[in-house]
Amino acid sequence: MTLLTTILVDGITYASWLFIVALGLTLVFGVLKILNIAHGSFYAIGAYAGASLATVLAAQKISPAFALVGLVLAAILVAALLAPLVERGLLRVFYGRDEVLLVLVTYALFLIFEDAMKLAWGTNPYYASDLYQVFGNINIGKQTYVGYDFALIALAVLVGIGVWWGLNRTKLGKIVTAVIHSAEIAASMGVKVNRIYTFAFMFGIFLAALGGALTAPMISVQPGLSVGVVIVSFAVVIIGGLGSIEGAAIGALVVGLARAAAVHIYPPAELFSIYVVMAAILFFRPEGLFQRIQARKI
Amino acid sequence: MSGTPSKDARRTALVAGLGIGVALIAFGWVAPKWLVSLSMLALSLGLVSLGVLVLMRCGVVPFGQGLVYAAGGYAAALAFNKWGLTDALALSMLGALAGFLITLPFAPFLARYRGIFFAMLTLALSMVLYGVLMKSESMGGSDGFNVTRATIFGWRAPDAQAPAVLHTVVVLVTVVFGVLTRIYCDSARGLVSQAIRDNELRVEYLGVSVARVMITNLLIAGTLGGAGGALSILALGHIDPQFSYWTTSGEFVFVAILAGHHSVVALFASSFILELVRSYSSAYFPNMWQLALGVFLLLVIRFLPNGLGSLQARLTGKSEGAQR
Repeated sequence: MTLLTTILVDGITYASWLFIVALGLTLVFGVLKILNIAHGSFYAIGAYAGASLATVLAAQKISPAFALVGLVLAAILVAALLAPLVERGLLRVFYGRDEVLLVLVTYALFLIFEDAMKLAWGTNPYYASDLYQVFGNINIGKQTYVGYDFALIALAVLVGIGVWWGLNRTKLGKIVTAVIHSAEIAASMGVKVNRIYTFAFMFGIFLAALGGALTAPMISVQPGLSVGVVIVSFAVVIIGGLGSIEGAAIGALVVGLARAAAVHIYPPAELFSIYVVMAAILFFRPEGLFQRIQARKI
Repeated sequence: MSGTPSKDARRTALVAGLGIGVALIAFGWVAPKWLVSLSMLALSLGLVSLGVLVLMRCGVVPFGQGLVYAAGGYAAALAFNKWGLTDALALSMLGALAGFLITLPFAPFLARYRGIFFAMLTLALSMVLYGVLMKSESMGGSDGFNVTRATIFGWRAPDAQAPAVLHTVVVLVTVVFGVLTRIYCDSARGLVSQAIRDNELRVEYLGVSVARVMITNLLIAGTLGGAGGALSILALGHIDPQFSYWTTSGEFVFVAILAGHHSVVALFASSFILELVRSYSSAYFPNMWQLALGVFLLLVIRFLPNGLGSLQARLTGKSEGAQR
């Protein structure tokens, strides 16, 4: 029973930040039709920015509760500074090209960010572990869990509901949905598609950076973070079906629980449990769990 | 299909292969050692990218070719260290066989997928192998293991000649596989692959089994990748799980894109250029070689969107479609 609870809590905690990151990936794919390999880099930059800002705030003797707001602020800063630069300065040049070519553009960007992060933050790890204790501990049965994990889960649920509400219940959301379905028709109706592209990319990057900043207190932030995250996020959106919010949530849960089960039951399987689950799901549902059936050209 | 164009293409491929092979072997005996090892690596990795190209011709992009690359590499390295099989030619054939065999059970399954799903499934398979290799103590775990110098028909070349001798073997294997692939691409089935990329339902309606063509292409790509893996360990003298990591697979895709769809020679030229850029940037900017590589990739994608093959067409004034 304790093992099951531990797997559940660990799995859902892992799923919660992963959901936030994967939601950004699926949103960018939905609107811009770009599978962004550099998404993991924005996660890592968010983690670095979060950890750095938390350290600065701690040095100013600012209470850890306010430092949490600093994490969100760090993610906003990353998105506001980097996303327009990348989308307007680089991606826009390649719009309309082959999908694979665009994936390679983001792969090049990923390589550039890998070294740029080392130049900006060095190779020594950064820690923001003080923040991890902000919410104290929670006891379930004989086991003690960290309160921060539960706060993270609650926040992921809020983000999910917020994005769903934003897309389905607001005017901007309707416009974004129209662009997702057909950018050309949306443009002919007077929608400024380029602005929607920039906005969607910025929001997607914000989610990646937010995922990074929120996990910063739980890990040591060091080079090599981005590589693992981007592939796991891909697995999530592929399992759920590209461009689907519900899919990203279910995908993140599947991946999180599979990983937690592997870690607690058979640790050597941790590295590949996610991929086995992804392959198994694609075997039965070749287009993911929530993908709409698409017409084929004859 | 008339037989003549295919026969002509076969003759051209054989003559070109022979000419390029002789030139490359001669290059191995006169060039400085560092350039010879770079050439060995570029040719071995190019062979794996050639497999990617075969698959890209039928419209799918594998992001997990590291699977067959690692399978070929580990099979050859284990045979070398555990069975005492040290012959370079035998090791490369063993690598090719390992690549073929590891693809065999997955090929019918993979043949059903397209687009990003194909890319991610191949990636998943290669990452599963990566995970297994990282945790497997008997195969060296995350550090991998070293392989000493291979022999040729029982003869171990002296130190001074060793790079040129090994380079000769690598050139021979690469040229044979390169020519065979060229001939395959010009054959009826090879050309059907391109039709599948354009519109697979029409191909199916014309009475061709798309699945069967896809499976054949997957197996060919697996064999090429396995051979490339085995040749790489002869060139590097070392193997580790990184062979199966997704970033390695990404580089194979990059080389195939850099080359474009049309030319086997352009593919190996691209592989050579990538290795040169990597080698120079890691020598001159040791902390920023990834950054340099990324900028190089962006420049290539921006200015040569159809690959090096298109450059050749542009220089000779031929249209893309007219080019072989």
